[in-house]
Amino acid sequence: MARDIDIREGIDWTTVWLYAALVFFGWLNIYAAVYNPENPITIFSTSHNAGKQLLFISSTFVLILIILFVDYKVYDSFAYIFYGFIILLLIATIFLATEIKGSRSWIKLGSTFSLQPAEFSKIFTSLALARFLSTQGVNISKVRDAIVAGLLVFVPPIIIILQKETGSALTFAAFIAVFYREGLPGIYPALGIALAILFVLVLFFDKFYVVAGLAAVCGLFWYVFLKRYERTRQNLVRLGGVFIIASAFVFGVKFFTTNVLQPHQQKRIQVLVNPDSDPLGAGWNVTQSRVAISSGGVIGKGYLQGTQTKFDFVPEQSTDFIFCTVGEEWGFLGSVIVILFFAALLNRIINLAEKQRSKFSRIYGYCVASILFFHLLVNIGMTIGLMPVIGIPLPFLSYGGSSLWSFTILLFIFLKLDAHRSYKV
Amino acid sequence: MFQDRKQIILSFFFLVCTIYALRLFYLQVIDDTYHTIGSTGALKKEVQIPLRGQIYDRNGKLLVANVDVYDMYVTPYKVKQIDTTTFCRLFNITRSYFDSTMTIAKSYSRNRATLFLRQLSKEDYARVADAMVSFPGFTFELSFFRTYPARTMANALGYIGEISKKAHEAQEVEYYRSGDYVGITGLEKQYEMDLRGRRGVKFTMMNVHGENKGSYSNGEYDTLAVIGKNLFTTVDVEVQQLADSLFQGKTGCAVAIEPTTGEILAMGSYPYYDPNMLSGKQFSKYFKELYKNPDKPLNDRVATGFFRPGSTFKLVQSLVALQLGSITPQTFFACGNAPVKCHGHPSGDLHNAVRYSCNPYFYHVFRKTMSATPETNPFKAAPIMLSKWHDMVEKFGYGQKLGIDLPSESSGLLPDVKYYDKRYGSNQWKFSNIYSLSIGEGEISVNMLKMANLAATIANRGYWVTPHLVRGVGQNGKGVLPEHREVHRTDIEPRHFEAIIGGMQDAVERGTVGGGAGIVEGIEICGKTGTSQNKKGKDNSIFIAFAPRYNPKIAIAVMVQNAGFGGSVAAPIATLMIEKYLKRKIERTDIKERMLNLSIKTVEAMAAGGAAKTIPVIKPESISKPTSKVPVAPTKPKKEVETSVKTTFIKPKEENLNKTK
Repeated sequence: MARDIDIREGIDWTTVWLYAALVFFGWLNIYAAVYNPENPITIFSTSHNAGKQLLFISSTFVLILIILFVDYKVYDSFAYIFYGFIILLLIATIFLATEIKGSRSWIKLGSTFSLQPAEFSKIFTSLALARFLSTQGVNISKVRDAIVAGLLVFVPPIIIILQKETGSALTFAAFIAVFYREGLPGIYPALGIALAILFVLVLFFDKFYVVAGLAAVCGLFWYVFLKRYERTRQNLVRLGGVFIIASAFVFGVKFFTTNVLQPHQQKRIQVLVNPDSDPLGAGWNVTQSRVAISSGGVIGKGYLQGTQTKFDFVPEQSTDFIFCTVGEEWGFLGSVIVILFFAALLNRIINLAEKQRSKFSRIYGYCVASILFFHLLVNIGMTIGLMPVIGIPLPFLSYGGSSLWSFTILLFIFLKLDAHRSYKV
Repeated sequence: MFQDRKQIILSFFFLVCTIYALRLFYLQVIDDTYHTIGSTGALKKEVQIPLRGQIYDRNGKLLVANVDVYDMYVTPYKVKQIDTTTFCRLFNITRSYFDSTMTIAKSYSRNRATLFLRQLSKEDYARVADAMVSFPGFTFELSFFRTYPARTMANALGYIGEISKKAHEAQEVEYYRSGDYVGITGLEKQYEMDLRGRRGVKFTMMNVHGENKGSYSNGEYDTLAVIGKNLFTTVDVEVQQLADSLFQGKTGCAVAIEPTTGEILAMGSYPYYDPNMLSGKQFSKYFKELYKNPDKPLNDRVATGFFRPGSTFKLVQSLVALQLGSITPQTFFACGNAPVKCHGHPSGDLHNAVRYSCNPYFYHVFRKTMSATPETNPFKAAPIMLSKWHDMVEKFGYGQKLGIDLPSESSGLLPDVKYYDKRYGSNQWKFSNIYSLSIGEGEISVNMLKMANLAATIANRGYWVTPHLVRGVGQNGKGVLPEHREVHRTDIEPRHFEAIIGGMQDAVERGTVGGGAGIVEGIEICGKTGTSQNKKGKDNSIFIAFAPRYNPKIAIAVMVQNAGFGGSVAAPIATLMIEKYLKRKIERTDIKERMLNLSIKTVEAMAAGGAAKTIPVIKPESISKPTSKVPVAPTKPKKEVETSVKTTFIKPKEENLNKTK
């Protein structure tokens, strides 16, 4: 029965078009990033990133076709096997990989192509997590199930950290949104966000001011938000406890950033607070990307007219900092349109996910949305100076075969599942 | 289950997207720190320094040219650990210079280039170029300084120097940058706008390694540098150089004018100094010395000095009296009966008086002039006639600026009724109070330019043309302001001039210019000696002349300070210059030799310690040869832009050269 479905009717074309638009726009900007007005080469020339990206884009058609024509049940049934395979591959990578810029995460395939298994591990972790959480009787609010789900999500990033790809490892934090959707008490993500805010506050302000602020918030909470009958001794102790823990966190962060983090990681955080502290060293990317985006103005300098994002002024121009080119050449309008496209895509995926009759498909859909969102959050955030520099790509736009393929696979597995949403797995 | 959480998650996603959009709005729309071009790192704003215009004499000989030099700049952040000792030795600078300049550069900007060392010669540059590999952060820009191949006319040409802080702040249109060179004095100052050209700005895209990646926006924002316009002066450098040599050991000045055009043929202020002394690195070495010299070589004695005209003024007195009808050429006054002394010569008519420069005669001439009115009360007659006299003398250019194209010119003093009223009280003075004017002493002062102009006026039989040094800006014969060629009429009839010109010729040939020192074979020179009294020391020797008598080609005024009687020193020098100009050679070598060997110390120099400080002479080999390749005449304009990595000199464009102000 399932095999009889016409994929052309079942597939969600809105998502496909949004995807295609982002990929195409990314390709244009990769060309702009490597474009040299002195010596223009065509966008098709494979001697530079734009031409190579075109090859990657072409090859994704094959991937998409394979994904769409494989039986949708495969993704569910083989989820754990895929997961086990990717864990082994990640471990093997540590030993097989050649070191590139200090990280051992790339496996060479032949002489020209290398693959980054870490990029693909997100897909298989998503599948495994969806499989586990959709299992009959599993409930995330149960401690045992929460631990198993946590382990599924925690193991890959730990191996990735061993590969010294901290950036990719961080993206696994995205799964907290999935847990929340599936019933994790709201206090955990709320706590996470609260701690993140506290963390940032400690970076920008003196720790004693932050603690004083915390005390003020607690006092305000006690007298304004709690009703008279709620001001019990027990609640006072609780509030006091929260205050003490938060204060301890504040001091912990300070200790962590100054004593535990590596000097280069410290600098990345330091330059986020004050890019001028080291304008030509660690602050270089932050300053240059911010300058590039700012110089775009409202409507941008025009396609291929950018000056900041060419000639390697912003390192990793076509990969992690592709958004600078967008900002410089397409201006505020172009940047906001890209963000709107992503917002539309996220909205579409989540609405589709909610429509799934199969719990597996729904959870997987949330995984896709969360991962895309997290990349968006960190990648654009770092180019506009709201996030520390963490080297993760902007989905669909950034140059790179591994990232393009992994995001394509991630998305199209969901579209495949969605095409069969009337069939409960 | 938990379906409501979809909204919370989506809201969170949208919240982040909104925050990012707002942040982008701030960065790209509100914050305009990086919106202007040039403020960003990738665009390099290169200033293209135009070559300053060159200055030529009337025969196309180079007076002022440029020498290519290299200025060294430092970009502090690029300077890594360097061997300072080797560096200082390489550039022959002291450690303290290095440290202090470095500190200044750092305080200015760590990322921008600051001037570190000026004017390294091409040879020096070649010597250090290889070694510079071990000194990152130091870069060179092609620049120039002035050189003076003719080694003359220092004061008239003027010099260039760094713009003063005051002038830099006072400019209405922001053009000069701190440290830019501008004309400080002389023609360099007067024609600054033409000589400087227009600085160009070129935006070049750079990659992170500072490599040139071509022009920005196809040069849309670039402004092309326009080379400075050349100046074509009226000076005859050979006559000028002759004057320089004749004035060896003397103080004074000489100025020669072509009467019919007002073109200045020579203009020297002495003691002589080589203009190369105030160029480039030499400046700091010599300026102070020149400034302190008691003979004030930096003062331009021609256009800015104050002297009594002395006997030369008798010519004006005669002309005014003739025009008023108070005398005729035949009027006879006996020597004597006057409070002014006579030098002992036969009495006679006007011709005779001019020939011998008879003081009593001109006393009577002025007396006649002052009483040429029906008013019999001398206290009332004097103001009436002085006012008339003043208006007539003023037309010779006395008491006002002639309008020469130099930044500073003195007006001198020509007394009027108001002047004496103030001094003696209204109707409290008469002729006997002012008779000194009759022989050019008393309350009258002029500069030597006015005296030469008087010679030119007499040569022209009644008119003078504003004296000027430049007859071509950008192109020979073009671009000169009309006020520099204005014709001024004295309204004295030409026949009156003939009455004194004969006397002037006799004065040279057998009159006040003694011993035949003024006689030049084949040239009728008409002249008048003058002896301007000094407060202390010997009189200044003055001589004005023009030649030939008919169709005069040159009018001249020479003054030698503290040389005594006008005929003794000033006249030989003036006639030698006339000879040189009209014959192109000197036949009277004996007189020339005598003048070359004559040394006259000024009162000031003697007061400053007997042996006056002699001005050092720069060895010819130490004077830089002009190296910048600028076409002598803009006949072959090159349209293309010659670019180098750092600084670009632009060859002149035809349309720019032809454009007048």
